[in-house]
Amino acid sequence: MSGEKEPYRGLLTFFDETGKVSLFTARFFREAFRPPFEFRELLRQSYIIGYQSLFLVATTGFIMGLVFDLQTRPTMIEFGAESYMPSMIGISFVREIGPVVTALICAGKIGSSIGAELGSMRVTEQIDAMEVSGTNPFKFLVVTRVLAAMLMVPVLVLIADAIGLFAAFLVENLKGDVTFRLFFNQVFNNLEFGDLIPSTVKSFFFGLAIGLIGCYKGYYAARGTAGVGSAANQAVVVASLLLFVIDLIAVLIADIFYEL
Amino acid sequence: MESKSPTSPPLIHIRGLRKAFGEHEVLLGFDLDLYDGENLVMVGKSGSGKSVLLKCIVRLEEIDSGTLEVLGKSIPDLDQVALDRLRTDVGFLFQGSALYDSMTVRENLQFPLRRHPDRMRGEAEEKLIVSALDSVGLAHAIDLMPSELSGGMKRRVALARTLILRPRIILYDEPTSGLDPITAKEIIELILQVQREFHTSSFIITHDMDCARVIANRMIMLVEGTNYAEGTYAELAASNDPKVRAFFK
Ligand SMILES: Nc1ncnc2c1ncn2[C@@H]1O[C@H](COP(=O)(O)OP(=O)(O)OP(=O)(O)O)[C@@H](O)[C@H]1O
Ligand SMILES: [Mg+2]
Repeated sequence: MSGEKEPYRGLLTFFDETGKVSLFTARFFREAFRPPFEFRELLRQSYIIGYQSLFLVATTGFIMGLVFDLQTRPTMIEFGAESYMPSMIGISFVREIGPVVTALICAGKIGSSIGAELGSMRVTEQIDAMEVSGTNPFKFLVVTRVLAAMLMVPVLVLIADAIGLFAAFLVENLKGDVTFRLFFNQVFNNLEFGDLIPSTVKSFFFGLAIGLIGCYKGYYAARGTAGVGSAANQAVVVASLLLFVIDLIAVLIADIFYEL
Repeated sequence: MESKSPTSPPLIHIRGLRKAFGEHEVLLGFDLDLYDGENLVMVGKSGSGKSVLLKCIVRLEEIDSGTLEVLGKSIPDLDQVALDRLRTDVGFLFQGSALYDSMTVRENLQFPLRRHPDRMRGEAEEKLIVSALDSVGLAHAIDLMPSELSGGMKRRVALARTLILRPRIILYDEPTSGLDPITAKEIIELILQVQREFHTSSFIITHDMDCARVIANRMIMLVEGTNYAEGTYAELAASNDPKVRAFFK
């Protein structure tokens, strides 16, 4: 460990990890499409993942709706654009706030719980026990959780969108006497498929990233109890960072389509 | 308990096995033969590579070099399907029991059966589960969660989970570690009873010499990555070699 090598070490670890995560991802896709399929476990995981985060996502969605509306209202009024409030809120919520906030919440909630669960299964040799009983633990543990996250995150995003918009409507209704019909008519008049599709596709990838990183960190958790904690912790940190990268890529791609 | 019959080929055959983790060499040319029907006990210091050796046998760890054959098949050369099939013939009792803690005892026992319906021998699943639990004396615990079991009960359930596939060989990784002497004795009794009932061959790792004395037909000592000494308990107990003597203190 000479001092000269130090600065490169972080970089090396980064590339090393990136390579390993890529292999893990490739293995996920290979195993996901090859029978036998673990349908029952997939359903169970979807239920757990969806149910676990529902309350949290609903609450944050509601608060974000309130806050966002309350904060933008004065500015919009200043510009005499109060009547554009619903469409503005609708577009920014569906395109960006809903998916990103929900995904971040899920990274914290789902990512850490997958990381900790698989990590403790690794450390207590439960994954080894599955392996020697001739049942593929990758399929049973990893494929089901990643697929469940991919399925449930978009659903949670839609729920957060709906609740956030409803919260914004409450503010508009109390402060600006906007009716339910008027509000949502405006929201949907200005929302296009071009908004809903990319944001759903994006959420799908958010779910993939959260599930994959949580599983990867847990599946390869270091031996010993400390390994469980750091697996859970790193799952959240890495997944959250990755979400923003995916978001950026998604926006860039969507931008190209708008130009056309 | 009939001892080794030199005429039949060994169930596990290991020659010159080497295994290192990076710079750290754990096994440096290990030899072993496990014969049909015997109880072979291996002793070794903590950290000497006992668990690593067991994991190599079922390919939870890849070996670096050497010969490793189980039931006549070369482990490093098997593909996944053949390996999984072979693994059903080799039971593995983990050092910490390794029960699936999100599943009930029943589901723990169901788990190995789900991918190996051929191993159900035409019997109903429930019947197999109950009878496996019966043979370890824990039929009443069928609906409990692992967190509700004591250490000794966990070890028994883990043994039942291993037995349900009717393996020909069982590998025990420190079956009595972490248990009080009385419970440890019960587990030892159970291992002997299982062997009589199911005609399994056992490879048992321990550093509990009492356990070794009761169970072993033959013993092997793992010292510095090799099979340093072999023989019956009495033979080794009479040895003058200081490294062998060290185990008998
Ligand atoms: N996956 C691994 N990566 C790196 N080193 C390992 C790994 N598994 C085991 N080792 C090292 O190999 C050596 C032997 O470990 P092993 O678990 O086989 O010991 P043991 O003989 O079973 O000890 P104990 O009686 O404490 O269970 C130890 O030094 C351990 O640190
Ligand atoms: Mg060990």
